[in-house]
Amino acid sequence: MNAVLKAFIGIGSWLLTVAFTLLGLAALTFFIGRILPIDPVISIVGDRASEELYNRVASELGLDKPIWVQFWDYLTKLLRGDFGISFSTSRPVLTDLLRFFPATLELATLGLIVGVVLGIPMGVASAYWHEKWPDHVIRVIGLVGYSVPIFWLSLVGLFVFYYLLGWVSGPGQLDVFYVGVVKPITGAILIDSAIQGQWDIFANAISHMILPTLLIGYYSLAYISRMTRSVMLEQLSREYVLTARLKGASEFQVVMGHALRNAAIPLVTVVALSYGGLLEGSVLVETIFSWPGIGNYIYSSLFSADMNAVLGGTLLVGIVFVILNTLSDVLYRVLDPRSREAGR
Amino acid sequence: MTVLPDIADPRRALRAARIKEFRTFARRFFRNPLGVIGLAIIIVLILCAIFANVISTHDPYLPSLGDRLAAPSAEFWFGADELGRDIYSRLVHGSRLTLLIVALVIVTSAPIGLLVGAVAGTYGGWLDKVFMRITDVFLAVPKLLLALAFVSALGPGIVNAALAITLTAWPPYARLARAEALIVRNSDYVNAVRLAGASEFHIILFHVIPMCLSSVIVRMTFDMAGIILTAAGLGFIGLGAQPPLPEWGAMISTGRKFIFDQWWIATIPGAAIFIVSLGFNLLGDALRDLLDPHLRQRN
Repeated sequence: MNAVLKAFIGIGSWLLTVAFTLLGLAALTFFIGRILPIDPVISIVGDRASEELYNRVASELGLDKPIWVQFWDYLTKLLRGDFGISFSTSRPVLTDLLRFFPATLELATLGLIVGVVLGIPMGVASAYWHEKWPDHVIRVIGLVGYSVPIFWLSLVGLFVFYYLLGWVSGPGQLDVFYVGVVKPITGAILIDSAIQGQWDIFANAISHMILPTLLIGYYSLAYISRMTRSVMLEQLSREYVLTARLKGASEFQVVMGHALRNAAIPLVTVVALSYGGLLEGSVLVETIFSWPGIGNYIYSSLFSADMNAVLGGTLLVGIVFVILNTLSDVLYRVLDPRSREAGR
Repeated sequence: MTVLPDIADPRRALRAARIKEFRTFARRFFRNPLGVIGLAIIIVLILCAIFANVISTHDPYLPSLGDRLAAPSAEFWFGADELGRDIYSRLVHGSRLTLLIVALVIVTSAPIGLLVGAVAGTYGGWLDKVFMRITDVFLAVPKLLLALAFVSALGPGIVNAALAITLTAWPPYARLARAEALIVRNSDYVNAVRLAGASEFHIILFHVIPMCLSSVIVRMTFDMAGIILTAAGLGFIGLGAQPPLPEWGAMISTGRKFIFDQWWIATIPGAAIFIVSLGFNLLGDALRDLLDPHLRQRN
């Protein structure tokens, strides 16, 4: 009984933390929306309007109320899913976001897969051959990934692999004559085209996608391999590794079976965090590859000074961030019995 | 302090010990070739910024439409951009902007973060809870997007871009300082200072913050690489430095239109960003190996 109560309190305080973070996020976007140097009333009525009209519009927008009332209005609207209207597309921002989000998610997910599949073995190898040449090579690859401006690498990638070599297709999600052929079901072009059996479109989408995916994957690979290396270094210096070796376990068994299994728990957090980073990092890549995702949406909204859309996008990615953080926290607790004990 | 009859001698001994410490530090640093390369890159960057007027070959702002989109040659070492301005000269002058943004962000974000973290850790209680919750909110939001939204609300420009990056850059320092403060706040020597009548403010300023400095320096060096990339990203989107300023990110964005035919306009500024950011990362790596107490124990 007592344990159940404690578990409830634990979950409750944890939900409170998540709620507080989301509240803080909303407060931030609200604050940013308020510091606009542009007067939203003037942008509607124009600067020649009479004072009477100005005041009427201001009160219609709720701008004459005290600031906390405005914030409360903003919050209740958000909870109802009302992110405001986008000025440039004149649709509700949330509708727009949900339309563009799957494409971003598709790109980021594929990038993450590349990052994990390559990054974790690289990190393990780097830790195993610590201070030997594989370590140096992998560290330099990681450092380059950390230091390179991703939008520049995307441009160079387009120049080399699309223009010079012609190995991949150019910007955009599909070739022009394929656009609009596939009915959007999930919004992710690979899944949609596969469901509808349009394999030529599927292949075309892959040739468009491969370069941005690899670039985004490289970006996350740098982070993942570096973190894997440091976690594995710590594990490999533990005494259980020595014990396993003394018992006569093969090196492969020692590294993969013992050390990596223990390293897996912190790595879950690393992967979750880098997924969040990818969603954000894809903003710049999407603008280069004209990828119809959130990043491109935010980018084009910036130019039409469409703050509802910009803040809505920020908020959405922020919420996904918070969810990912929380999820990795939960997974950490589920996977690591020690943290469960400590929590009680 | 009348117990110590001769104060000069211990001071001299202290100074000698510090010099010796610095010498061993320098010797160990110069044994790491990658760190030396990083340091060299940064020194070259600083020299470029100082002597930009001397080493540039053209006026970075003066258009000459006859040389529009000229290819790299003896006259234009890295080619010319869409207004015929020499890319090499613009690159050299742009190093000033890069350093300016980095300096602006570092001198604002590190002290803010340190102060918030040190106060939270030293005082504890509800102040700690509130401050750390706020820090967590900032850590939990997407940084680039927040900076982007912030600059687009404030209006584009170098100072606003720096402000926006600061807004997202301070929380790690707060975390760092708080962790250190939690260790230090009840240690014997801090209690001794407290008994001697020092205020909490004095303790924070002279005992907690100095303890964080070595990890803060490492963090700063890595951060500078990140700041350069974020600033370049903002410049690329068009929210950073405005034309005609030769900001590297903005230069890439103007060169983007010509990427297939005049590749040098976009690629060369990007290479500069990459090299400088790599320099800071290499230096950060080397400094961490030297300064991080956990790693130091292992060696």
